Amino acid sequence: MLGEGILKGLAETAKNFAGSFVSEERLTTVEYPEVRLPQIENTRDFPFLVYDGNDPMAGLRCVSCQICEKECPPKCIYIIKSTDKKPDYVGKPQFYPARFDIDVSVCMSCQICVEVCPFDAIKMNTEFELSTDDRFGGLILDKHKLAKSNEYYQHIHPTEAAEVDGRLAEEKAKVEAKAKAAAEAAAAKAAAAKAAEGAAKAADRAADGASGQPSGAREGRA
Amino acid sequence: MSGTGIQSFLPPVIDVEAGEELLEVAMGPHHPSTHGVFRMDVALDGERVVRLKPVFGYLHRNHEKIAEKTTYLASMPYTDRLDYFCSMTNNWAYALAVEKLAGMEVPERAEYLRVITAELTRVQNHASAIGFLLQEMGASGTPLMYAFREREKILDLFEALSGSRMMCNYMRFGGCRVDLPAGWLDRAKLVVAGLPRFIDEIEALLTSNEILMARSQGVGVLRPELAVNAGVTGVMLRATGVNYDVRKVDHYGIYDRFSFRVPLGDHGDIYDRYMLRVLEMRESVKILEQAMAQIPEGPILDPKSKPRGFRPKPGEAYGRIEAPKGELGFYLISDGSGNPYRYRVRPPSLINLTILEDMCLGQNVADVVLIFGSVDIVLGEVDR
Amino acid sequence: MKSAEELVEELKSALPGVDVALVVNPSPSAQHSLRVAAEDALRVAAYLRDQAGYDYCSNATGVDWLDKETSEKVKTTRTVSKQVDGVEQMVEEVVEETVKRVEPGFLEAVYHLYSMKRGHSDPHPPLVLRMRTENRADRVELPSLTPVWRSAEFQEREIFDLYGIVFKGHRDLRRLLMWEEFEDHPMRRDYVDPDDYEYEPTPHDEVLKRAEEHRAQMAAAEGAR
Repeated sequence: MLGEGILKGLAETAKNFAGSFVSEERLTTVEYPEVRLPQIENTRDFPFLVYDGNDPMAGLRCVSCQICEKECPPKCIYIIKSTDKKPDYVGKPQFYPARFDIDVSVCMSCQICVEVCPFDAIKMNTEFELSTDDRFGGLILDKHKLAKSNEYYQHIHPTEAAEVDGRLAEEKAKVEAKAKAAAEAAAAKAAAAKAAEGAAKAADRAADGASGQPSGAREGRA
Repeated sequence: MSGTGIQSFLPPVIDVEAGEELLEVAMGPHHPSTHGVFRMDVALDGERVVRLKPVFGYLHRNHEKIAEKTTYLASMPYTDRLDYFCSMTNNWAYALAVEKLAGMEVPERAEYLRVITAELTRVQNHASAIGFLLQEMGASGTPLMYAFREREKILDLFEALSGSRMMCNYMRFGGCRVDLPAGWLDRAKLVVAGLPRFIDEIEALLTSNEILMARSQGVGVLRPELAVNAGVTGVMLRATGVNYDVRKVDHYGIYDRFSFRVPLGDHGDIYDRYMLRVLEMRESVKILEQAMAQIPEGPILDPKSKPRGFRPKPGEAYGRIEAPKGELGFYLISDGSGNPYRYRVRPPSLINLTILEDMCLGQNVADVVLIFGSVDIVLGEVDR
Repeated sequence: MKSAEELVEELKSALPGVDVALVVNPSPSAQHSLRVAAEDALRVAAYLRDQAGYDYCSNATGVDWLDKETSEKVKTTRTVSKQVDGVEQMVEEVVEETVKRVEPGFLEAVYHLYSMKRGHSDPHPPLVLRMRTENRADRVELPSLTPVWRSAEFQEREIFDLYGIVFKGHRDLRRLLMWEEFEDHPMRRDYVDPDDYEYEPTPHDEVLKRAEEHRAQMAAAEGAR
């Protein structure tokens, strides 16, 4: 019968129409920005810099190695290296970025900077409300705007952050253990040296004693 | 070409009566049916199309030049932006070409991840392609919204996996970037389990719809000989009855492990293309079910693969896959440095448009929109 | 399907006098190619399509090979007159000198062929067909393979647009992606970007240099006004 197909299709739309009032799954619209959907954990948009501790500038993990700047596909990162050094999380003196700009109007959220960073210093943010009335300046994020605490990172990407923290803690423990071992070794060495010194002195004394033996005996033996 | 004895496949010339005035219409670049910025310069004799010249380049950004100036890895996120509906398959094609060039192995689990993401991509692409086709036919919204409802679920899966819904940047040379997050596979299984119901729904809505049949059957017919000669691939080719699916021909990845069929059409018209997309979605669901049941544990990246300092030995390679739009190929020449010497994308969307004029000549102008819609192109890939 | 080596032999026996050579690809992909002289290309292509079964041209593209300068150290013996023990004598002397040789550059058109007829029964790697222009400047003509494979139609237009190879016998050779008034060929390796710099907040290397030049120019123009 002509029109049967159309009727069948209309039945389908009617079912969907009625279903959209009943089915929980179909009530998908939320009233943004008052209501927000829960964020998916792996979501990424633009990068940020992680810092440890309370002072953003002192705690930046970035050592200004400029690998991300080189590997960034659209070249949206701009770094000027510092001339002096500051201690990093294990206490080793490192350079830090005197200037670190990311132009988010150029950034394409590809995450390659995160992948190549050997210091876990740059991570992807989930903050998407970045609209501004300044087309040029407002979209360049400097290091003050980019710096976010490690707690923030743990909050937005818990699984990934836990893994990174574990790795860093391990490294730190290793470094500390090494330092401790080195210190112990040094102490042991010092002690050994002292002991050796003592022994040498004793030997010297013994030698002195030996040489202090009456010469007549030797002569006598000869 | 006359005189050489070579049989050529050229579009027919439509006779116009002498003294007849033709109406020249520029469809596009901002015509709603062109899915972006694309122009067709059409000459009309009444309602009848007598000449059609596609005009490209409004979205041209010289992707290939950019790729030749950056490292191999840095081109990976750019491939997402070729056919922005199918970033996963674009990633795969590029990774496959580089793996051929450098002789890299892909771990088993990564192959499964690639198949799963690629087939999900195919489902959402075909669903939206049907939606857009119907949109052009005048069914404003309904089929498209049904398709997008389903696509949304798949994009949520992609976001949970790769961090981005459309610009996934997920695959790497010799594997994939990240492993599945906890619970992802169960959620994906749930989505895939819901797909047959969705395909049934689309079919109930459209397959026997008399208006769809009247508008699409016998319209935009493509002959198989012409399709082969013009390098038409994907659904467009198989709708003419030519059995050629790179998944079956090249057995790239691990496609020989799954049982699935390649649907073929008989008439090569718009209706066949619609029907084939529906059937391919069903086959993709079959592949997905098998892959999700079989996926093994293990590493996901070749240990030789590293993000920095990748320099394949001099040589060249051409790698291709069956992308949802057709055969997507990457041709790479390495001179031993960190940047490719030559980087070429074989865009199925562009080459499938070669026969647009042949299909449209002699048809009514209203059908041009439909024929164009049934090719299923994305301008990001046409213009690159 | 026959391998590229076998095809070279077959072509030479089937089409006498044809200029075909095998180009070995050293990469692990081992996709070797056939280099065909431009004047024989159409004959070879028709043979490949109709006799050898390559009915499908998947990809057609251009490659730009710049002039290659190779320097080589060559030892030559020369006879020179020399004062030996106060007497002028002719002495043979070994001199090492660097010889610079310039291999002229050329543009290349590359076609990747497959067989749709036999693809399923006989999986095969792509057959790569290459043609070279005589140089990069004025003799850049090649025969169009569009009469044989229609799929090259838009791709050859793209090569013409981006590389500047002129395909003779193409029925509609116009620019594909760039606009018609555009003059250069942007995919050539010696292409210089125009100074259309607008705003560059995070400049690097070459871009930084150009940005600075541009700023200086703008400042000078501003000062002159």
